[in-house]
Amino acid sequence: MSNDVFHDEPARAEAVPPESPLTRRDFLAVAGAGAALVGIGAPNLAFGATPFVLPPLPYALGALAPVISARTLGLHYGKHHKAYVDNLNKLVKGTPFADQTLEQIVRAAAGKPAAQAIFNNAAQAWNHAFFWHSLTPKGGGTPPAKLAQRLGEAFGSTEACVRELAAQAVGHFGSGWAWLVADAAGKLSVTHTANAELPLTAGLKPLLTIDVWEHAYYLDYQNRRADYVAALVGQRLNWAFASENLG
Amino acid sequence: MSAHVLPSLPYAFDALEPYIDARTMEIHHGKHHATYVAKLNEALDKAPELKGRELKTLLQQLGSVPEAIRGAVRNHGGGHANHSLFWGIMGKGKGGEPVGQLGAAIKQEIGGFAALREKFNAAATAQFGSGWAWLSLDQGGRLVIHALPNQDSPLSEGKTPILGLDVWEHAYYLKYQNRRPEYIEAWWSVVDWEAVEANYRAARG
Ligand SMILES: [Fe+2]
Ligand SMILES: [Fe+2]
Repeated sequence: MSNDVFHDEPARAEAVPPESPLTRRDFLAVAGAGAALVGIGAPNLAFGATPFVLPPLPYALGALAPVISARTLGLHYGKHHKAYVDNLNKLVKGTPFADQTLEQIVRAAAGKPAAQAIFNNAAQAWNHAFFWHSLTPKGGGTPPAKLAQRLGEAFGSTEACVRELAAQAVGHFGSGWAWLVADAAGKLSVTHTANAELPLTAGLKPLLTIDVWEHAYYLDYQNRRADYVAALVGQRLNWAFASENLG
Repeated sequence: MSAHVLPSLPYAFDALEPYIDARTMEIHHGKHHATYVAKLNEALDKAPELKGRELKTLLQQLGSVPEAIRGAVRNHGGGHANHSLFWGIMGKGKGGEPVGQLGAAIKQEIGGFAALREKFNAAATAQFGSGWAWLSLDQGGRLVIHALPNQDSPLSEGKTPILGLDVWEHAYYLKYQNRRPEYIEAWWSVVDWEAVEANYRAARG
């Protein structure tokens, strides 16, 4: 099954929870935008143009419990992610950014102080869409063979990669993200970024991400970020998604 | 001076209810602040020559801290100093408006308490990600409203903080979740202006 945001409409239509803020009209808008972009490759998060819509969650709000509670996911998706999308739509209205895809906005606004707010909201809209797909209810375990081999080459083993990813997620100071990435030569590594920043703008291809803003875990784990990260990498990481991103 | 110590909270965990809830205060002080103190001490164990140095001096002269522990002192030393100040400028049944020398300075330099609140709220709301909003004295002794990311201390840029608001999500998420502006608005009801005034006088020397 494809994890592309736009490729598995039937499964996602079913997975959109009744309490989702999405309307049918929003959902059709996403599906329509996706149809126009088929062929760009998974993960196709380069959706556009404005107004952007909150992309559907690929599972029900309770599907990641107990690692991530339904309450946390409801707020994280329905309030935080939605606010980034809504803010972005307000900020780009009437600007040259309004005709661009989300990924184009992220790239164009990165590093420009005058476009800081647009970057923050666009990048956070992208990061969260990518994060939902980085998780899956029956995650963790063994990656697909080809990815496992690449992880072995880069880290020594899948376990060593997971340890390093978790260490960066726990060690990052303040709000941000931990990432598994591939560089232009295809070499895999892990990294972490602050606030809204993301590896795309450093020429790296994201494969998986972990949100370590406190809002991602505070209701469930409070100050115990290490417990959140351990549960997440052990039981919810979506290796199939990483594998598709690797191509 | 021996290792840095977590100061006890100058009031009960529930003293700031309903504006800041007891559970948040307990975790914020007993876990978050305690961890900053522990990690600061852990870092300083690697630089015995800094053991007697005051926290304020460490943060004012970050450049003189050995590079190997500079990040840890900035983050955890900053976290210790910032939270210590934060507990001290809040209290039960406080709020109201600044008076005395500080009230006069706010009127003259910022345009009054309403202007202070408006500018401070804007700084606290706009701080993207973890950080603090500050009312500090600059090197010329003038009041400035500003924000800094993470646990960066105003001391490290030559300012002296007299009032600070923690806008890390851990400071408000249990009670306010994503509604940071509500937390900021509620917080004014627990600001202890006598304590802020004392900070102002001390900073003026
Ligand atoms: Fe998030
Ligand atoms: Fe804090």
